Amino acid sequence: MTKSLSFVRTQMLPQQAPPVTERGAVKWLRENLFSGWFNSLLTVLGALAVVWLLQATLPWLLNGVWTANSLGECRSIIAASAGEGAVGACWAMIRERWHQFLFGFYPIEAYWRPVLAFGLLFVALAPVLYFGLRRTNMLMIGITGALTVLALLGVHTDSAHVLLVAVILLALLGVAAVAPTKLLWFTLIYPAVAFYLLWGGSVWGPVGVLLGLAIMAAIWWLLQARLGVVVATSVGFVAACVWWLALQSYLTTPLANAMPLGLSAVNSDKFGGFLLSFVIGIAAISASLPLGILLALGRRSDMLLVKSLSVGFIEFVRGVPLITMLFTASLLLQYFLPPRTNIDLILRVIILVTLFASAYIAEVIRGGLAALPRGQYEAADALGLDYWQAQRLIIMPQALKISIPGIVSSFIGLFKDTTLVALVGLADPLQGITKIVRADINWKGIYWEPFIFVGAIFFLVCFGMSRYSMYLERKLKTDHR
Amino acid sequence: MTLATEPPKDSFRLSMLIYDTRYRAITIQVIVLALFLAGVAWLTNNTIQNLAAKGKDINFGFLLNRAGYDIDQQLIPYTNDSTHGRALVIGLLNTLIVAFFGCIFATLIGVFAGVLRLSKNWLVGRLMTVYVEVFRNVPLLLWIVLAFVIFSETMPEPKDFKVTQEMIDTGTSPAAQKIFFDSVAITARGTNIPMPMLTRPFGGFQLAGVNVSFSVLATLAVIAGSLWVNRRIRRHAKAVQEATGERPTTWWKTLAVLILPTAALLVAMGLHWDIPGFATTETGVSKGFNLVGGLNVAHSFTALLIALSVYHGTYIAEAVRSGIMAISRGQSEAAFALGLRPGRTMNLIILPQALRVIIPPLISQYLNLTKNTTLGMAISYLDLKGTLGGITLNQTGRELECMLLMMLIYLVLSLTISAGMNIFNNAMKLKER
Repeated sequence: MTKSLSFVRTQMLPQQAPPVTERGAVKWLRENLFSGWFNSLLTVLGALAVVWLLQATLPWLLNGVWTANSLGECRSIIAASAGEGAVGACWAMIRERWHQFLFGFYPIEAYWRPVLAFGLLFVALAPVLYFGLRRTNMLMIGITGALTVLALLGVHTDSAHVLLVAVILLALLGVAAVAPTKLLWFTLIYPAVAFYLLWGGSVWGPVGVLLGLAIMAAIWWLLQARLGVVVATSVGFVAACVWWLALQSYLTTPLANAMPLGLSAVNSDKFGGFLLSFVIGIAAISASLPLGILLALGRRSDMLLVKSLSVGFIEFVRGVPLITMLFTASLLLQYFLPPRTNIDLILRVIILVTLFASAYIAEVIRGGLAALPRGQYEAADALGLDYWQAQRLIIMPQALKISIPGIVSSFIGLFKDTTLVALVGLADPLQGITKIVRADINWKGIYWEPFIFVGAIFFLVCFGMSRYSMYLERKLKTDHR
Repeated sequence: MTLATEPPKDSFRLSMLIYDTRYRAITIQVIVLALFLAGVAWLTNNTIQNLAAKGKDINFGFLLNRAGYDIDQQLIPYTNDSTHGRALVIGLLNTLIVAFFGCIFATLIGVFAGVLRLSKNWLVGRLMTVYVEVFRNVPLLLWIVLAFVIFSETMPEPKDFKVTQEMIDTGTSPAAQKIFFDSVAITARGTNIPMPMLTRPFGGFQLAGVNVSFSVLATLAVIAGSLWVNRRIRRHAKAVQEATGERPTTWWKTLAVLILPTAALLVAMGLHWDIPGFATTETGVSKGFNLVGGLNVAHSFTALLIALSVYHGTYIAEAVRSGIMAISRGQSEAAFALGLRPGRTMNLIILPQALRVIIPPLISQYLNLTKNTTLGMAISYLDLKGTLGGITLNQTGRELECMLLMMLIYLVLSLTISAGMNIFNNAMKLKER
């Protein structure tokens, strides 16, 4: 007997489309913009704010003038094209003065030197960021090289120098292709290379300084197995100091006389604009990180004296504004150094900014060290590693990874703070150069355009750095949360 | 028989100073101490030699000499006949006042932006993200200088506010208008705001060259009294709630206690506002060359305050956002399960916990803001850096003394703020047992 239940459906019905309020743009709008009366009110207010902003800025941006010789000319062009009373940006000022914003008063025919130094910075960074990865290193150097050559053509470099730069970069690309780990040697000599490119002068000065470092490395290599890292480093450092202060000139002066190789010297007062910001920022950033690590270790040390000195230094520096440090560099350092020492103002500023930043970095790294579980230290001890081995192999890789966001935000802060050097008389892009431009009779009364231009460059660099740190944080995340 | 565990009695060898962990710490510390002392001695020796070469000494006596320069913004009386020491105090007060208002405004902006950035509203969230990213990725100095330039170069001259006979005849209005119900005039020379005045003040006395007004003291005393009474009312309400389960209505009592006594005192003293404006003839024609009355706030102060508030507001917004995000969803779900309304969930569950996460970064922002007031130097705001570290330093040529004194003052200021905020932090901290 078969019994069929007629009311039981034997086939599936085709799926119906969701209601119109539950799908697509309508759903999104309902959920994100109009989910309640308060939310709708916020949306309307937000939309009004956007409209008001666009109304205020769009005509100004769209009426922008790129070719004119003065603000008055700009205004007459805008009045002619967009009608009387129209507002518009006068980007012609940027077009005329961009090189001053970027390079300050650096000699125009030598623009290739800072450009090359900036390009080589990324070549030097490549092995640090991607140690031993052939493809990535080659890609980074290749892109940097292409951009550098383009930039060189952009600043009207003569073809001989473009060729020279291309050859140098191709050689480095070759090194990356053959032995990517060897690129680290270039990173080591990069500071001397950059200094030589930027300031010029005889080639033998930087060579002498590098020789001092080589002496230090050699002594460290010979002694560290027998006497330990700290003693070997100290002896090497003392030897290098003796070389730099007492012996170096006996070698380099005759060499400079015999073979006067070198670039034309550029005085420090020619530095300005973003060149100055980058020189101070990059030098201080790269020097403050190792110093900050040492200070953080000192602050966590068991040795009372080391600890209290570190704490005293960190708390003092963090308690005073950066400006007082800069004024110390410009006014007080002459009292603290031996009579008749004459250190360049930029160098003095770099030293003080480095000290300033290292205190902040130290606190960030201390946070990373504190976040590390006690078991990691104990495991390192159980493996029989000594203090420096444990730091290098176990503690620091983890602590630094934890502190990446803090370190990068310190770097961003430091880079933004390089504008303060204007207050001790250096020509930073913001106060120094903008003031000069605004004092020009042709551009008197201009204010939005220079600030927007300078602000946009700062924004790109800082925003880029913060996004890169977020990417790095995600990439290095090894826990499973 | 001797015990095998007896440690071998080894004699002290010199190499143990480096290799033996028991002695190594002492060796290193002795070396560090020697290096440190040598460094200090070297610096001191250099300083003495340099000072001797320039024929200078270290002497703080200059603080008692006549300063001879004017300061626009002075919270306590000061003339150019006053001493450098008094100029220092004026500068310190200017630093403190801009830092104080800056902290308040930055907190308001930061909390507002931080909460709105977390809002479910897509548009508002994006707007706040743009605000935070744009303002924190551009140097503070740019905002300070830009604000100052906009104020001092685009605002109308005082003469544009004048009403002439011709304007009255033709029915036109002057080129520039006061804003906020005709009470605030922003000119190229400064912002003129209304100032509270008393017709029947209680008098006052002089203390160390500072006018102490009894009216202000009385007002403060009345406000403090109201707060104390209000606290008693709330405590009583809480006691009743715990005894009976019913909380008596207190809002009208609170309102009355907080507002009425102060209002009565102010009316008794005859409070009125001195509104800036031109002196006028009977027909309404303006006389004179400048706005009179009210309080003239220099643009350097306004620009510095605005820039500091919006710049540090972004950092506070991020602190607030991360603080609220740090509270797990389970907390608000538990509160909803207990039947708490969203508002009370925020007040009783989320905020007290989020505050603990927010306060430490907030402290460091307040410290940064206070230190960043020194950037007012770029727009000639005469704070401590401007008086002691600026004009006084240049006039007396005593770099060493001025800089050391200034660093010391900033250090004390920073340590005081962080100590005070740490006390607050400890009071708010989770009391664990």
